[in-house]
Amino acid sequence: MLKKLSIILITTLTLTLNVNAGTDGQLLLSKNDPSKIEDCFEGLNRATFKLNQSLDGAIFKPLAKGYRLIPSPIRSGVSNSLDNLSNLVTIPNNLLQGDFKEAGINTGRFVVNTTLGILGIFDVASGLGFTEYVKEDYGQSLGAMGVGPGCYLVLPVLGPSTTRDVVGQLSNVVGGDAWYNVTVKNDTQYFKDSDYYISRGGTGIDFRAKNLSAIDNLEKNSVDFYASVKSLYLQDRQQKIANSDIIVDTQDDSDWEEIETQ
Amino acid sequence: MKFRKYFFSFLILMFSFYTVSSYSMAPDVFVQSTVNRASQILSSDISKEMKIEKLKIIAEETVDINGIGFYTLGSYRKTLDEEQKEKYKNIFKNYFLKSFSSRLAEYSNPEIQVNSKEKLNEKYTIVSSTLVATKDRPEVKIEWRIYTKNPSNPLIRDLIIEGLSLARTQKEEFASILNSNDGNILVLFDALEKFISN
Repeated sequence: MLKKLSIILITTLTLTLNVNAGTDGQLLLSKNDPSKIEDCFEGLNRATFKLNQSLDGAIFKPLAKGYRLIPSPIRSGVSNSLDNLSNLVTIPNNLLQGDFKEAGINTGRFVVNTTLGILGIFDVASGLGFTEYVKEDYGQSLGAMGVGPGCYLVLPVLGPSTTRDVVGQLSNVVGGDAWYNVTVKNDTQYFKDSDYYISRGGTGIDFRAKNLSAIDNLEKNSVDFYASVKSLYLQDRQQKIANSDIIVDTQDDSDWEEIETQ
Repeated sequence: MKFRKYFFSFLILMFSFYTVSSYSMAPDVFVQSTVNRASQILSSDISKEMKIEKLKIIAEETVDINGIGFYTLGSYRKTLDEEQKEKYKNIFKNYFLKSFSSRLAEYSNPEIQVNSKEKLNEKYTIVSSTLVATKDRPEVKIEWRIYTKNPSNPLIRDLIIEGLSLARTQKEEFASILNSNDGNILVLFDALEKFISN
């Protein structure tokens, strides 16, 4: 039932979003420009953002603080093994984006780290000279194929997103994530549903712990925290979809042009 | 004889002033020296309030606060009259100094390594650096957008942290306030004044 619903949703949303295959880098940048992405449900988004802030204060932040008390080598091991699992989504997306070389490298990385690195706890591949790991997801692949971002959305618990990224996330539960398939979707004797949810929760807490002071700092020094988070999320997605340091390479100078202070 | 001595001293003094004022500072050297000054303050054994005051002085000397202020207003800056512009400049400066220095003051002894520079055009150079990882946070890439129209007085116009521009974030934050209040600049003034007085 969930599978059918997800497929219908993905098809509908993909058709309603402005699909335009074969775009070049400049068009990708412009299409994903944060200032051009509409906040169609701002009232609802702000309410959800407030709810998420309360959940963060009551649950995630205390958990992240507790997690920070764990010795650093253990935290690195957890972080490495979660990154290793994310290869299972990154590799198919490397292929979807036509980046076969990176797909090969990431497959090698996954095999080496899962075996020699003992289930990904140790990042042996980096030690062997593998290139820096860059995560990819279905939202990025859709973006790279020319699908527009649609509206900005704030999801309960999961946080900032866009219509396109929601479609991308749904792809994980309809067969796009091998880790989900062997834990939740298929009844294997090796894994339980809880393994998947623990790993997802762990990823969130690991992220929160790494950014504990940065997020607190941002909140304390923002006049509109909601708008700051939205801007940072959309800039990050724009950069990831273009797979480059776009802000440095192509940030439009025209906005600064007429401001002469020297 | 005495006159000659004074004359030479005067010449030396003039020469030193001339060389100092016409000295074109390389953007990467400028960033490294700014970072070193800030690091020295942050690692010193003084109160947080004192650190903030000293960081404000560095920010006033090295950041193009007026430029960033008008950039962050976006197209709204064209709608302001002269009186509003002056008021905005003043409020933004106070807002920026408070926000910038208190953000920085949270870090104790940050180690930043300047790696390279890329000249975009006559007005801008991007300096790339790395905030070295500690046991509590990973390594962070920081790019500095340096305004070099006057090469003897380079100024920071933006910090791009892991690809995310602070000036752009600020601009979108202000745009959000203005857009949800029919472009009323007084609402933005109020929000900034509230922040300053908190």
